[in-house]
Amino acid sequence: MKILVAISNVPDTTTKIQFSDGDTKFNSAGVTYVINPYDEWYALVRALELKEANLAEKVTIIHVGLADSEATIRKGLALGADDAVRIDGEGPDAFFVAAQIASYASANGYDMVLVGKETINYNGSSVGGMIAGLMDLPYVSLATKLDVSGNKATIEHDMDGGTQVVECELPMVVSCAKGMAEQRIPNMRGIMAARTKPLAVVAATPTEALTGIVSYSLNAGRTTCKMIDESSIDELVNLLHTEAKVI
Amino acid sequence: MSVLIYTEINKGRVKKASLESVNYGAKVAELLGTEAIAIVNNADAAQLEEIGKAGAKTILSLKNEKIGSDSMLISAAVEQAAKAHNAQVIIFAFDITGKAVAPRLSARLKAGLVAGAVDYPTVNGNALEVKKNVFSGKATAIYSIGSATKIIALLPNSFPVKSGDNQAKIIDWSADLDAIKPRIIVKEQKSNATGGMVPLPEAELVVSAGRGLKGPENWGIVEDLATALNATTACSRPVADMHWRPHHEHVGQTGVAIRPNLYIAIGISGAIQHLAGVNGSKTIVVINNDKEAPFFKSADYGIVGDAFSIVPKLTEAIKKFKANQN
Ligand SMILES: Cc1cc2nc3c(=O)[nH]c(=O)nc-3n(C[C@H](O)[C@H](O)[C@H](O)COP(=O)(O)OP(=O)(O)OC[C@H]3O[C@@H](n4cnc5c(N)ncnc54)[C@H](O)[C@@H]3O)c2cc1C
Ligand SMILES: Nc1ncnc2c1ncn2[C@@H]1O[C@H](COP(=O)(O)O)[C@@H](O)[C@H]1O
Repeated sequence: MKILVAISNVPDTTTKIQFSDGDTKFNSAGVTYVINPYDEWYALVRALELKEANLAEKVTIIHVGLADSEATIRKGLALGADDAVRIDGEGPDAFFVAAQIASYASANGYDMVLVGKETINYNGSSVGGMIAGLMDLPYVSLATKLDVSGNKATIEHDMDGGTQVVECELPMVVSCAKGMAEQRIPNMRGIMAARTKPLAVVAATPTEALTGIVSYSLNAGRTTCKMIDESSIDELVNLLHTEAKVI
Repeated sequence: MSVLIYTEINKGRVKKASLESVNYGAKVAELLGTEAIAIVNNADAAQLEEIGKAGAKTILSLKNEKIGSDSMLISAAVEQAAKAHNAQVIIFAFDITGKAVAPRLSARLKAGLVAGAVDYPTVNGNALEVKKNVFSGKATAIYSIGSATKIIALLPNSFPVKSGDNQAKIIDWSADLDAIKPRIIVKEQKSNATGGMVPLPEAELVVSAGRGLKGPENWGIVEDLATALNATTACSRPVADMHWRPHHEHVGQTGVAIRPNLYIAIGISGAIQHLAGVNGSKTIVVINNDKEAPFFKSADYGIVGDAFSIVPKLTEAIKKFKANQN
């Protein structure tokens, strides 16, 4: 079984968000980029665990983006992926990314495509479902446990107000959330090995744009916090009722 | 032409997020001068009436036992309805179902998707422009959807549900799903033990606590406050990681993102990854014994002091307030 893990390259969670070009572009000056946490901690680590348990032969990382994201891809290789491919192109939207991954996965015969629950920059939760739609494959979203036996996967995932355990024949697409695996730190040997692991660069397939971003704005923080003394709690209740109107 | 709205029954009720979608879809239909059509599977007469009152002019009512929660089958059913009724815009709630189905349908129909819209669209030529949160709630972006068919998935709790006296025309609808073999077999269903509380993503009032509570044995005061308010309980990530509270209560970047009317944070420091899941709340109250706790910078009301003394007092004050209201 071959697993393809889609990783995105995102600003570290503590990044101070700023825009440029008249608020039409994200300003990446001075920003530290990391593998999107869901893709790294859950999707990639679980794929590696499956390989270590001899349930998968190969784990490939795929990333759609420009050359400046190669440091992030190498980190994924340092964690233990066998090889990586970068689809050279910067898409306007999730559909562009999904179309690239779907076309690579179809052409190269992967049995399972793992994505993260969502990217922490665009929060779309969209790429996985789009890949499944393009490939006409089953999609299990928000998975918290993933096991494989032969050509069948058993998956626990979140549902409205609960969880569901499902079984599905491969090939399929799964989006990965907390619970699936534990974060790993790459070791020195992994980091050294990553330098020489194959990282193929493939030209992007032309894909129509379905959406685009017109402009950004920062969400205004809360202006002032009204401090209330412990001895006047009734006042807080009163403010919640008359001023905030939430109770 | 039409605006098609996907709605769903869960635990005997029309989902709140579905009613929000119908309200929203009715507005979009008005904006485009076209008809708001809802689609629903396995709804009874009362539930159909409720969807009508939320603003659907027509309801496509399916009775299909095969569909279940399978995103492939739901997507196929909505796709057929969209084609039959020439839908220009398709509306989903950006909830667990919407996150599985909307992207699939988007890829199938080459219909641009805005995932997590927080406002009504505006028309710009043939495009629709829709606002959505990005960077985990730190910013907003305006997306333009240029494709002929457009899909908007609405972030739950963005608008209060409004109900009027509209009566929908009900059409018995059947989707032709014979050619699709369900590939996902459900083995087991488990409900989160919420003790009768409203599930977190739908909750309007949330009481949440963090590591400041010191141990799971101290959650009684949190639960008492939640009961007094009729609120749902939540927690920070370390609390779920240490198994003090169930995993489904964990809110934040890696947990559930919520936007209740009131979020009370007790003994939570206010790390940026925690805020990412709660900063959409309308009003935030923070209780923390450290006056420098970062959460106060993102709060509307704050009390500095020991949670173990403040929370029981707040519970009493709420009870007194409620008693006076009746
Ligand atoms: C990629 C990433 C993703 C993450 N995702 C999440 C997420 O989804 N959700 C999340 O919550 N965290 C998340 N975290 C962790 C986050 O950074 C913080 O570590 C976490 O939120 C801290 O939890 P806490 O506030 O409960 O604990 P602490 O930071 O330990 O804070 C406890 C607070 O309680 C106060 N306190 C102590 N005693 C009392 C008392 N008696 N009365 C009143 N107050 C008291 C203290 O002053 C302190 O402010 C993530 C981290 C990373 C790196
Ligand atoms: N540029 C990208 N390259 C590879 N995978 C991506 C990219 N963008 C998103 N993904 C994958 O799709 C998931 C969902 O992304 P999104 O739909 O943007 O929330 C991510 O967690 C990644 O696994």
